[in-house]
Amino acid sequence: MDKPVNNRAWFLVLPVLVLVAFSAVIPLMTVVNYSVQDTFGNNQFFWNGLGWFQEVLESDRIHAALGRQLLFSAIILAIEIPLGIFIALNMPKRGFWASLVLVLMALPLLIPWNVVGTIWQVFGRVDIGLLGHTLAALGIDYNYVNDPFDAWATIIVMDVWHWTSLVALLCYAGLQSIPDAYYQAARIDQASRWGVFRFIELPKMQGVLLIAVLLRFMDSFMIYTEPFVVTGGGPGNATTFLSIDLVKMAIGQFDLGPAAAFSLIYFLVILLISWVFYTVMTAQKDTP
Amino acid sequence: MTARRASIGSAVVMTLYLMFLLVPIYWLVNMSLKTNAEITGTFSLYPLNPTLNNYRVILTDPSWYMGYVNSLIYVVMNTALSLAVALPAAYAFSRYRFLGDKHLFFWLLTNRMAPPAVFALPFFQLYSAVGLFDTHIAVALAHCLFNVPLAVWILEGFMSGVPREIDETAYIDGYSFPRFFTRIFMPLIASGIGVAAFFCFMFSWVELLLSRTLTSVNAKPIAATMTRTVSASGLDWGVLAAAGVLTILPGALVIWFVRNYIAKGFALGRV
Repeated sequence: MDKPVNNRAWFLVLPVLVLVAFSAVIPLMTVVNYSVQDTFGNNQFFWNGLGWFQEVLESDRIHAALGRQLLFSAIILAIEIPLGIFIALNMPKRGFWASLVLVLMALPLLIPWNVVGTIWQVFGRVDIGLLGHTLAALGIDYNYVNDPFDAWATIIVMDVWHWTSLVALLCYAGLQSIPDAYYQAARIDQASRWGVFRFIELPKMQGVLLIAVLLRFMDSFMIYTEPFVVTGGGPGNATTFLSIDLVKMAIGQFDLGPAAAFSLIYFLVILLISWVFYTVMTAQKDTP
Repeated sequence: MTARRASIGSAVVMTLYLMFLLVPIYWLVNMSLKTNAEITGTFSLYPLNPTLNNYRVILTDPSWYMGYVNSLIYVVMNTALSLAVALPAAYAFSRYRFLGDKHLFFWLLTNRMAPPAVFALPFFQLYSAVGLFDTHIAVALAHCLFNVPLAVWILEGFMSGVPREIDETAYIDGYSFPRFFTRIFMPLIASGIGVAAFFCFMFSWVELLLSRTLTSVNAKPIAATMTRTVSASGLDWGVLAAAGVLTILPGALVIWFVRNYIAKGFALGRV
């Protein structure tokens, strides 16, 4: 990893810098600007100091949304990571079937997020959806529109449906990199199936698993479109996650100040997790 | 004997999992081939009187099919833009060390990770202020927020797999940088460029929040057209399902070509 030092490489990076500055830095500065000011309309702004930050940090509504968000992300990780590993271990290793399975598994990942929401919204309806209809026929009182528990269950199953394949694909890529010699050695040692998993496969998957955990955490932490389409944040506020709350505040009610303060805090959390992510990703690259 | 039983077990697990993945999609396809009367009136696992009428509605009504055209326009613009700026940058990151390189690489990542919800309002105001609201280029630029970092990371991953001796040999042979880059280097990482393009295309195609916020009529994406129909009438299930099926098609058609790189793409080039 001894690359030559060459500061003229900056010229190659410059286009990216300009473009991303336009699409990230300028908007972010607007947010910073709003977060410390108050307005009574007519484009008249007043200095408000840290008032909005205080309001956001003390808001019960946002605390509740954060709590729901953390719970959601925790449930998602607890289901998708083990399930993804399990699926990856069972995927065919090579040949036509491996390719076909790979393609079919990736299918949910390529569906527009609002269509994912639509699919499950329809699928779960008692009158016209297969899932809702089946559950109702089994005598289960299922209604994701009125019942908070059913709404949560629907959104979690939807997310598992949508993203477990990502975890499985990453683990599969990790498994593919294990040389056959390892398995042969294990067979000579008469290692059990569990032993092979615990001492060969799991350590070799460690890197990809970390990526999978972080990606799933980040993406579930900012989930917006899918629950918005299925439940719209309801019933009540039962499925109002951070992004849904933020969009309601910023675009629905146009509460610029609090929304901006909220955004910045949200962004700082993301920044922190990104840093962990970056450290993990680059550490891995240096020790192949 | 145990190996045989294990492979049957695997087949069962995979069959169940694939069924779990495909049944909801099948249900959407099933609905798209029914009339509304059949959807709400009778409950059947397959269309009793298959009809393509729902697709005909979409493909003949401009307010529907222009949604697809709009989406495709900004997605293609975004992909071209992202790749054009990401290629040289990825080369710089993979080949050289320079002042602030690590910080810059990290900062790019934070943009991929940033919640679009944070940017929705400032984007709306920024693009309104510069007169780009409701244009395709506005959405294409906004999606650069997460696609440029993605492209840089994926391409860097692929470029780092190409030995640096190739660059050095080419320079000794008298190639200038632009000529080397386009004639020798780009063909070498062609698969990487393809994968990066696929993922830019995909992530721009599946995004709804920003594209909906930044458009109203002229550049309205198909995703937004669909949400409007749900809230307004809540009745036209057949057309809604058909529209959904049509949004799945582009990804489904090209995925075969990138199947071996899917994991690498989703992991930002790091597998």
